[in-house]
Amino acid sequence: MEEISSLFQGFGVALQPYNLALMALGIVLGVIIGVLPGLGGANGVAILLPLTFSMPPTSAIIMLSCIYWGALFGGAITSILFNIPGEPWSVATTFDGYPMAQQGRAGEALTAAFTSSFVGALFAVIVITFLAPLVAKFALRFGPAEFFAVQFLTFASFVGMGRASPLKTIASMMLGFALAAVGLDIVTGQLRMTYGTTELLRGFEFLVAVIGLFGIGEILTTMEGGLSLKGVQARLQLNVVLQTWKKLAQFKLTAFRSCLIGCWLGITPGGATPASFMSYGVAKKMSKNGDRFGKGELEGVVAPETAAHAAGTSALLPMLTLGIPGSPTAAVLLGGLLIWGLQPGPLLFIEHKEFVWGLIASMYLGNVAGFIIVLTCVPLFAAILRIPFSIITPVIMVVCAIGAFTVNNAIFDVWLMVLFGVIGYVFNKLSYPLPPLVLALVLGDMAENSFRQSMLLSQGSLAIFWSNWLVGSVFGLGVIMLLWPLIGPLVHRASLLIRDRAA
Amino acid sequence: MESDRDTPSGDALVSVRTMEIVVTLLFIAAGTVVIIDSLRLGIGWNEHEGPASGYFPFYIGVIMMLASAGILIRTLLARESGSESFVGVHAARQVVLVLVPLLAYVGVTALIGFYVASAIYIALFMRYFGRYGWTLNVPVATGVVALLFFTFERWFLVPLPKGPIEAYFGY
Repeated sequence: MEEISSLFQGFGVALQPYNLALMALGIVLGVIIGVLPGLGGANGVAILLPLTFSMPPTSAIIMLSCIYWGALFGGAITSILFNIPGEPWSVATTFDGYPMAQQGRAGEALTAAFTSSFVGALFAVIVITFLAPLVAKFALRFGPAEFFAVQFLTFASFVGMGRASPLKTIASMMLGFALAAVGLDIVTGQLRMTYGTTELLRGFEFLVAVIGLFGIGEILTTMEGGLSLKGVQARLQLNVVLQTWKKLAQFKLTAFRSCLIGCWLGITPGGATPASFMSYGVAKKMSKNGDRFGKGELEGVVAPETAAHAAGTSALLPMLTLGIPGSPTAAVLLGGLLIWGLQPGPLLFIEHKEFVWGLIASMYLGNVAGFIIVLTCVPLFAAILRIPFSIITPVIMVVCAIGAFTVNNAIFDVWLMVLFGVIGYVFNKLSYPLPPLVLALVLGDMAENSFRQSMLLSQGSLAIFWSNWLVGSVFGLGVIMLLWPLIGPLVHRASLLIRDRAA
Repeated sequence: MESDRDTPSGDALVSVRTMEIVVTLLFIAAGTVVIIDSLRLGIGWNEHEGPASGYFPFYIGVIMMLASAGILIRTLLARESGSESFVGVHAARQVVLVLVPLLAYVGVTALIGFYVASAIYIALFMRYFGRYGWTLNVPVATGVVALLFFTFERWFLVPLPKGPIEAYFGY
């Protein structure tokens, strides 16, 4: 088992005291970010990314990924205690978590949420440990056409599997691609869409876009109604934790199903949010207590939390092996890799073994550490939400501004951040999805390059995308995904017809 | 924090329908900007380079226009829905009250440096939205800014824009 020995070397890297300290720091920062409105996994990591430029890449990714785990854990705290989802993927957790808290079972709900998060993440990390090297080895055979096909599939999946309107998904995605194209074209050396301005030479920095869209945008949305926090006090006692663990044993099957849903949606770019909803829906259908869901069922906390964490974690698999992030936060981490001079993709597993396995080992350790930290420090994190909103908000704004500025040391980027904030606010309200925009902005240049290289190979013939079974099937799957909004209803109607005949 | 909140029946400033139309028109405008520059760059084939610089963005622009035109047509055809409020008068006022000071803050940062501007911004925000007295505003604002100063300038060695006041202290 080559993976096991690599993994143990990885543990050697991750267990260095400096890295352990960064891990703990990352988790704590992450939970705080997850708890605060306006700061989430994606923009939290984006803001803190510039701080890691001077660190060794392995330590930097350990800290940043731990921020991500922390944010995943933190989302549950606000959902259960305050009925405010700190993160989009914890919306489904509020359905049963908050009613439980109101019934005085907050400790039980929190324990269930943290434990299922931990189980989901652990499952996903094990999947990554054994599947990622295989995928990477397989992807070594990929040429530019195969890469473009995978990228095409990624974007087509947003259209086919997203919860938003397909046309809005496409419009949002194309805006991302267009913004990515601005600036110097490295192939021909020409300037694109700068219209003579010097500020646009650098193009649009996706970190700035992420901070604006998710950070400022969310604050503007929150400010609309003013924010009133009516929280439930919570303290986790050891006997409650132990009792809940005993109860949780009966939800093994639900948890396993949620793990699978989470991993599937995490690896394909569905992401944690749809995974949590889908898992909640499936659990509600399959459970014998399905009709009591929404009134404070423990199982209704287990399902979405397990899936969200499994999805959030497994989103790193395609990011590492193919260079295609499965979620906006994974996209930000990918941006970090590029800045540190590491090219994500199959070669990463050969050329930077220590980095990859250090990161994977840190996922195990980070989640264990995160689990312990959240279980023991819930009252502390909940106290953060008792700081009045009118103090937290300007501080978050200032921190966002620092994040946007430090990417390129440019004030212009801070102006852009505000502009992206307004775009994020409007898009949110009209339900234009933001993840496709962010992923297109990150992957735009890469997708365009693989497309151009394929075209060079084939002398301009699009037939290269179905020239062999591999590229053909990936591309074909992408086309099905893209047309799914048209095919889906037909399939649904057909299945209804068949069922009617049978009945 | 203000206690009166927008009820769904509150005065609507803009309807969802209007906003949908405005956004699709902006998308179409953006698509036009992309397409015009792509045509200048060339959307054909360059010898030894493959597709020209404008090739990829050109189709991006075209797809963007088609998608937003589709949304526009669907919005215009759907007569009955979309009349609900996009934003109420009170909510819009709240958003503007956050947005304008934010813009002013960025502008002031460019003039007098980041730290002083941040302190002023935090103090005024707390004063206006939280109705806190200066005895709380000033310590919180200076405390946060001092913490940021040491974190960035000292520990992480990330320089932020500074103005005359920092220069006076030798930074």
